Amino acid sequence: MSDTPRLVDSFTAPKEVLQEFEELAEEENVDPFAETASKRQIASRQSDYHNRRFNRQAHESDDAFKAAEEGKDVDGGYKDAMRIQLLEKEEQRVRRAIEEKEKQAREEGQAKMDLDKTPPRAEIQEAAKELAGTKRKRRWDVESEEKENKTETKGGEWSKEALEEAAPKKRRSRWDATPADVNVGETPKRSRWDQTPVAVPDAPMQPIIMNAPGFMHEDKHNRYLTDEELDAILPAAGYAIVTPPPGYAPLVRPPKFANPVTEVGGFQIQESSDAAAVAAAQGLAPELPTEIPGVGSLAFFKAEDAQYFAKILKEEDETELSVDEMKERKIMRLLLKIKNGTPPVRKTALRQITDKAREFGAGPLFDKILPLLMERTLEDQERHLLVKVIDRVLYKLDDLVRPYVHKILVVIEPLLIDEDYYARVEGREIISNLSKAAGLAHMISTMRPDIDHADEYVRNTTARAFSVVASALGIPSLLPFLKAVCRSKKSWQARHTGIRIVQQIAIMMGCAVLPHLRNLVDCIAHGLQDEQQKVRTMTALGLAALAEAAAPYGIESFDNVLKPLWVGIRLHRGKSLAAFLKAIGFILPLMDPEYVSYYIKEVTIILIREFQTSDEEMKKIVLKVVQQCAATEGVTPQYIKQDILPDFFKAFWVRRMALDRRNYRQVVETTVELAQKSGVAEIVGRIVNELKDEAEPYRKMVMETITKVVASLGASDIDERLEVRLVDGIIYAFQEQTTEDQVMLDGFGTVVNALGIRVKPYLTQIVSTILWRLNNKSAKVRQQAADLTTRLAVVIKQCGEDQLLSKLGLVLFEQLGEEYPDTLGSIIAAEGAIANVVGMTQMNPPVKDLLPRMTPILRNRHEKVQEATINLIGRIADRGAEFVPAREWMRICFELLDLLKAHKKGIRRAAVNSFGYIAKSLGPQDVLQVLLTNLRVQERQSRVCSTVAIAIVAETCGPFTCIPAILNEYRTAELNVRTGCLKALSFVFEYVGPQSAYYADSVVTMLEDALTDRDLVHRQTASTIVKHLALGVAGLGCEDSMLHLMNLVWPNCFETSPHVIGAVMEAVEAMRVTLGPGVLLSYVLQGLFHPARKVREVYWRIYNSLYLGAADALVPFYPDLGELSEGQNVFDRHPLQMFI
Amino acid sequence: MGARHRRQGPPQSSELRYTANTQLEHLHARYTGTGHADLTKYEWLTHQHRDTLSSIVGHPSLASYLAIADGEAVGRVKFEMTERMLQPCGPPPAKDD
Repeated sequence: MSDTPRLVDSFTAPKEVLQEFEELAEEENVDPFAETASKRQIASRQSDYHNRRFNRQAHESDDAFKAAEEGKDVDGGYKDAMRIQLLEKEEQRVRRAIEEKEKQAREEGQAKMDLDKTPPRAEIQEAAKELAGTKRKRRWDVESEEKENKTETKGGEWSKEALEEAAPKKRRSRWDATPADVNVGETPKRSRWDQTPVAVPDAPMQPIIMNAPGFMHEDKHNRYLTDEELDAILPAAGYAIVTPPPGYAPLVRPPKFANPVTEVGGFQIQESSDAAAVAAAQGLAPELPTEIPGVGSLAFFKAEDAQYFAKILKEEDETELSVDEMKERKIMRLLLKIKNGTPPVRKTALRQITDKAREFGAGPLFDKILPLLMERTLEDQERHLLVKVIDRVLYKLDDLVRPYVHKILVVIEPLLIDEDYYARVEGREIISNLSKAAGLAHMISTMRPDIDHADEYVRNTTARAFSVVASALGIPSLLPFLKAVCRSKKSWQARHTGIRIVQQIAIMMGCAVLPHLRNLVDCIAHGLQDEQQKVRTMTALGLAALAEAAAPYGIESFDNVLKPLWVGIRLHRGKSLAAFLKAIGFILPLMDPEYVSYYIKEVTIILIREFQTSDEEMKKIVLKVVQQCAATEGVTPQYIKQDILPDFFKAFWVRRMALDRRNYRQVVETTVELAQKSGVAEIVGRIVNELKDEAEPYRKMVMETITKVVASLGASDIDERLEVRLVDGIIYAFQEQTTEDQVMLDGFGTVVNALGIRVKPYLTQIVSTILWRLNNKSAKVRQQAADLTTRLAVVIKQCGEDQLLSKLGLVLFEQLGEEYPDTLGSIIAAEGAIANVVGMTQMNPPVKDLLPRMTPILRNRHEKVQEATINLIGRIADRGAEFVPAREWMRICFELLDLLKAHKKGIRRAAVNSFGYIAKSLGPQDVLQVLLTNLRVQERQSRVCSTVAIAIVAETCGPFTCIPAILNEYRTAELNVRTGCLKALSFVFEYVGPQSAYYADSVVTMLEDALTDRDLVHRQTASTIVKHLALGVAGLGCEDSMLHLMNLVWPNCFETSPHVIGAVMEAVEAMRVTLGPGVLLSYVLQGLFHPARKVREVYWRIYNSLYLGAADALVPFYPDLGELSEGQNVFDRHPLQMFI
Repeated sequence: MGARHRRQGPPQSSELRYTANTQLEHLHARYTGTGHADLTKYEWLTHQHRDTLSSIVGHPSLASYLAIADGEAVGRVKFEMTERMLQPCGPPPAKDD
């Protein structure tokens, strides 16, 4: 049935064609930047774990130290923080319980549904309601509908009960939330600010989205209602204004609006700029402003920025603002400039905000900066800039930051676990500066509450932050605290975090932990016997990190933990066992060789048992530990061969391991390490048969291992029988591969090269394989065969199989018509490799046939082809130029000119060098003519390369062959040609060095002309020539002509174009070498105290470079200025006036 | 004081601001003994004197020449030169402004 073709009665376009059209249609209105824009946003890119940072709450604490000095009580300090933290914990517990209950309830409800029979109507309705409820994710903190209904039915919305009901139970998770509203129980009376809005009969109810992430007080629609507004809304009778509870202070003072709402429901016209700001704040304005009053133009402006910078978006009458408000706006303007401005704008703004940091004060600054950093749409660049602002400001504020330490930490700590390395470094930098500014005691009291925070994310980041503090202030100062935390009796979370801090310290500081190693180990050692499994695991990981950081020293510090660790591996299973094994793996390499074998024997039993594990993580750790065991000095090859290898190969050399990339790599690495101890033959003998396995990934894994083992240990250990099996296996694996990749090729090349002359008997077979594959219909296969030829050429020559080589050469030669550029490149490279080992005279095909065949290929645009071709041609030009007629070489010269503007530097270099070789064999005249003519072309790149080639020709054939031609060409009226000649001359003198002494006088007249030319570039290039010339002839007696050139160069020192002045300064500096600093000083002295500042500036710059170059040599040349002495200041240099 | 003066002076060839040359100038400013457009006679000569003295201390032949001329031990000469490096031209003149 299935064999018979299906008859289709209607035809339509193929599916893929239709799809293509669909995609095309979609493509038309697609925003190509949409995807990258979301990738740039940090929050959208990161994992949920990273984004937990948005749930954190920061608290403010007064500067306890300052307060104590002034003798007053601290509010909102450590005590409060601890209380909040306890509350949070409790809240999490409750939340979890509720979720559990809901889930249970749902499951029960669904279980009812699942029954086969039709459920009664009532039940269906109930279930439907339940399902509708679950559709939107139900959150315990969202008020249920029923409750709302209830409040509406009740009499007065402002009655006490209603107040209790309506008050949002939700605790704000935003850092800027007022901590006071957390404890609902303690303060039953609430101010009206955070009230749910009243339903005014004639106006639709507007929700106040107080807790939306982008909430800001400036937003007209979402702001708090002011007293005046409330008075206007509510009737005067029947309501009383409740006084806010003592100690309640809203974090942000409700802003006073210039025009308070006087009529409700009436129509009012807003000022135009105001309206724009509001619209922008809501993201309604289609076009965002790039021009802000008082800020100027910005590089970009995002919709979200409008929320934060609303106050400065509209124009205000500044005279009505208070000093604080002015300050706030000033800060906002600067921040906006820094965040969104162009680099120069940003730079000045950054400097201003740094300079004025203390004037602004910590509070206003951080109140503006930190919310920006918590914005969800923040991008990398913005974050970088804001973090930079914090860094600069911190430095200035110093101990004024203390009240804001926690707020800053909440924002900066997430950087420590960022996936971007530079973000992590920035985060560390800030926290380290912060801890230096705030001091250890304050840092500890601020971060202490977070150590046993309910959220693992918070504990994790806090541990990292603590490790940064430790590295900034020194481990010893933090040790007492760490000891206390690691022994905390109150909660296991604290112990866990304490140990994690130690781990992070080790990871971050590396070998710098060595002086404190014993203390740190003792600090966490008891954790191995903790009753909490997580603590034990973390302890083991901490020890692993410490041992890794300390390697290869410090075993004595670990004495105390050896026993618990080794006992532990017999007691534990699963995750904690993995951690213990990891710790052991890192401690083993530190041990003395004589003891290590005992410990290894102990651990091997467990390792071998765990070879069978199905847990991926465990597998990786076991492999790593085996690798570490094998690398230690104390373990004998005998032991590895007998006790480890059999089980190891049984467990890990299976096909399944090749499928997972990380397993694959780990197995290969471990096996290579084992081979270092047990020898090549042992390992290769065990796996060589697997080269003929039917699974290709597995063959690849075998091949890679053999490659690495043979590459590091050689093949001398391999006996004849193994050699046969190995070569056979390799040929098989190479032939059978379906995905052509580097591994097989490398393996083949490495093994054959390692075997060397022993491979001779197999060469015929190998070469016939290659020949057969060179004619394969797949381009990839042909390419690989050619690549293999490149690698084998040397060995084939070693074996004396010239016959085979010439056969290969001929076949490759016939293949030069190849159409796939990658393959063609490989074929040419192979031909080149053969030519290389055989030599130009024995080469078959003969060079005189080969080269003309290469000439047209030079026009190929593919880089690989170009590079291979130019290399081959260069080699022929170098070694066997005489076999090719001069006409052919000239043709090649013309083709080579095109390669001078290749993108790849390697190709340009090879082309330039080829010119040198060709010129050497042909004589420079013709080549030089080609190159000089090429100076007339338009492309700059091409001209520059011609000049370099001219210089190379001059270097290989002697300057006397080129300089006259260049000087002659310089007389051409064309500007490009003249510049090119100068450039060529500059390269010539750079390359020939001291030889320039013979030509200095002959180029002086030309340089005179160039240095007095009106054209800047002329003088610049001439200065460069003077520089190379002067450096070349230093000490060779050309001072007269150099002094002449110096006089011509000197007036150019007032040039302002950067390249010109750079070249002139370098020429002057070169003159210092040739003429001596004394002569230069006499020039410089003329202008050091010139009345014109512009002159002085230039002369002092020259003086400075002169001074730095030869300060001591200047001493005898300083003028005698004794006559300037006045009063107490005697300027005579008396010691120099003494004589015998 | 030098830096302050320089900033107030006329903007020095603004196109040079962002190139390697300014870096060179910064580099220069990091070394003792280098100068700038507002250096006073006293400052410049003080540097010269210090250089001279350190040159004498640093070249043994020069030091022994002076020792013979002065009739002192070489060590004494070196010591005196080193001592004199502190305000070699006397105390700085009073500032005008």
